Amino acid sequence: MTKPQAIKAAEDRDQPLPEEYFDELEKFIIDMGDTQGALIEILHKAQCIFGYLPRDVQLFIARKLGIPAAEVFGVVSFYSYFTTEPRGRHTISVCMGTACFVRGSDQIIERFKEKLNIESNQITEDGNFTLKDVRCIGACGLSPIVMVDNKVYPRVEEENLDNIIKTYSSEGL
Amino acid sequence: MKICSLDDLSKIRNDRRSLNSRINGRSIEDRIEILVGLATCGISSGAKETQLAFENEIKEKNFKNISVIPVGCIGNCYSEPTVQINVPGQSPVIYGRVHVQDVPEIIEKHIRDGIPVDRLALTNPVDNKQMRIALRHCGLINPEDIFEYLACDGYEALGCAVTQMSPEFIIDEVKKSGLRGRGGGGFPTGVKWEITRAQPGERKYIICNADEGDPGAFMDRSILEGDPHCVLEAMAIGGYALGADQGIIYIRAEYPLAVSRLNTAISQARKLGLLGPNIFGSNFNFDIRIKYGAGAFVCGEETALINSCEGKRGEPNFKPPYPAQKGYWGYPTCVNNVETFANIAPIITKGSSWFASIGTEKSKGTKVFALAGKINNVGLAEVPMGITLRELIYEIGGGIRDGHKFKAIQTGGPSGGVISEEYLDTPIDYDNLIEIGSMMGSGGMIVMDETDNMVNIAKFYLEFSMDESCGRCTPCRIGTKRMYEIINKITSGKGTMADLNSLKQLTYMVRDSSLCGLGQSAPNPVISTMKHFMSEYLAFIPDPRAKLKFNVNKHSRKSKKAD
Repeated sequence: MTKPQAIKAAEDRDQPLPEEYFDELEKFIIDMGDTQGALIEILHKAQCIFGYLPRDVQLFIARKLGIPAAEVFGVVSFYSYFTTEPRGRHTISVCMGTACFVRGSDQIIERFKEKLNIESNQITEDGNFTLKDVRCIGACGLSPIVMVDNKVYPRVEEENLDNIIKTYSSEGL
Repeated sequence: MKICSLDDLSKIRNDRRSLNSRINGRSIEDRIEILVGLATCGISSGAKETQLAFENEIKEKNFKNISVIPVGCIGNCYSEPTVQINVPGQSPVIYGRVHVQDVPEIIEKHIRDGIPVDRLALTNPVDNKQMRIALRHCGLINPEDIFEYLACDGYEALGCAVTQMSPEFIIDEVKKSGLRGRGGGGFPTGVKWEITRAQPGERKYIICNADEGDPGAFMDRSILEGDPHCVLEAMAIGGYALGADQGIIYIRAEYPLAVSRLNTAISQARKLGLLGPNIFGSNFNFDIRIKYGAGAFVCGEETALINSCEGKRGEPNFKPPYPAQKGYWGYPTCVNNVETFANIAPIITKGSSWFASIGTEKSKGTKVFALAGKINNVGLAEVPMGITLRELIYEIGGGIRDGHKFKAIQTGGPSGGVISEEYLDTPIDYDNLIEIGSMMGSGGMIVMDETDNMVNIAKFYLEFSMDESCGRCTPCRIGTKRMYEIINKITSGKGTMADLNSLKQLTYMVRDSSLCGLGQSAPNPVISTMKHFMSEYLAFIPDPRAKLKFNVNKHSRKSKKAD
């Protein structure tokens, strides 16, 4: 929860964020009317638009709502759903709920780390995959579960991993 | 069209009477029904494709009088996609693992010739032990069609409540029923409502806690996906009883399907006037909004949940003041769990004495358990309180997978403890589970066999609690981290007996001095595994006997001196 996430200002400047994204977000905030208590909802929307919540987006929201940027960052860094780092084209989520754990999900995420050569919450060199360990997604009957974007792979075994990676690698090219 | 009175409601119900018979396990005279379980588990196993295959096959073969109905979780999660077929005059047959290629066979044999396909049929001895109250409609009605809910007495309880009952009477009924909070705390629901009602001020809130964060618990998701209206109806009843005109459902962002079905349900209810101003022609107004979580386990704690609803960091507050006194934006707020709400409507329509007749002396009614882990029939089971763990595991759960031996069962998620074999015959209720060192929690039950190492399990839960600690109070923030470091040292084979001692001391320290339930219960997995499976901890310590001897010698030398 309280994982510190460094804000990389320099990186943001390298690739300017599209203006129209900011317009869309601004429209969402204006349409909302009363923004009291709506910060989390706005952040959900912003992450949906931008894919992640870089420093500039956080500052933008803070200005629009008239609240300190520290408050926005405080909320962003508190909740694991929000990320300040860009994501890969595909997100591989390995469920780390108990039911999956006792059926070997810890081994599965280790194999993914080896195969993709990254740690969890990191992005592969080619920008194709982000690996995540996620909390129980509540489909314990199908454990162990791997989710790629929104597609659920039930009862995954170590032999299946290459296939999963292959499916999404070729698609990305 | 709006429903303005109980008469309007019964008219709609009479038009759709056929549905009511489905709920009672019969099918309508000449109509065959194919129910396809389309909850998250079903969809991820391919239930949508199965549904489509049925529809195409029926069209192709030109069958009349067959309907394919999407329903919520049927409860047999181990055998998704699950399909139930109701043929008039026969008892319903449930099929498991029905994939596209199995569809023609079922259509030809079962539907055309009337002979069930034994190969796929689930022979469930389960149902005679189960008793469905909270899950009464799950897997039987289409959750995206409000008329199906109305046809099976939906919103009848709300109608009766606002037109015929006083708020005091409702609270009294809920109190007399003995219903306790199903989120795990076990606080009497009626008392919570009464306290909130007694607070001064006009503005009050009722919140539904759908932030089901316990790993291994998925009953709330199933209820929301399978029967969202039962929660909306109960929230409205609660709102009427305690004097709130606004309800909030706080739901995890990780449950997209439940969110979308809830949104559908809310807009359908608004359209029929079952939410909004002047419900059932009375002067009671009530509406519901959804607030989204963002991935924080601690937000299941009610004060943290309220902070999160306000758009802030989800950190818990010191209690008192309780949310019932000072909650959402400072107004009296009542927070109840999804499953608790799912029990309300039957209590109102069938009466408190009916509900109180089920269960044990101090825990009334039923509880939904999510059975998972090394068990054959992974799934949801709703059973009366007081059933034993043995019945749950061996009769409903179908025993341990792959012929392994039962070792322990973990209840209550990261806040609960493990229960070893000697307690398998304990009747399950709130108080008994606490007595044997675990807790009810939200009802997740993870079964473990002899291949699971209990120290690793404790480490797994500690890592979870450490990650999810919000950082507000020191004992939890630093205590869980230190405990994790020690247990990590032990499992990597570098631990000493002194480490075991400090781990034990730390557990009590963190338990007794943390601010909220998360910290207070975070050491439970360690405490209970140390109690029941100390030998496994010792096995990790290099040469524990020598060290033990050393300590004993030291101790005896000292005592000699003292003599």
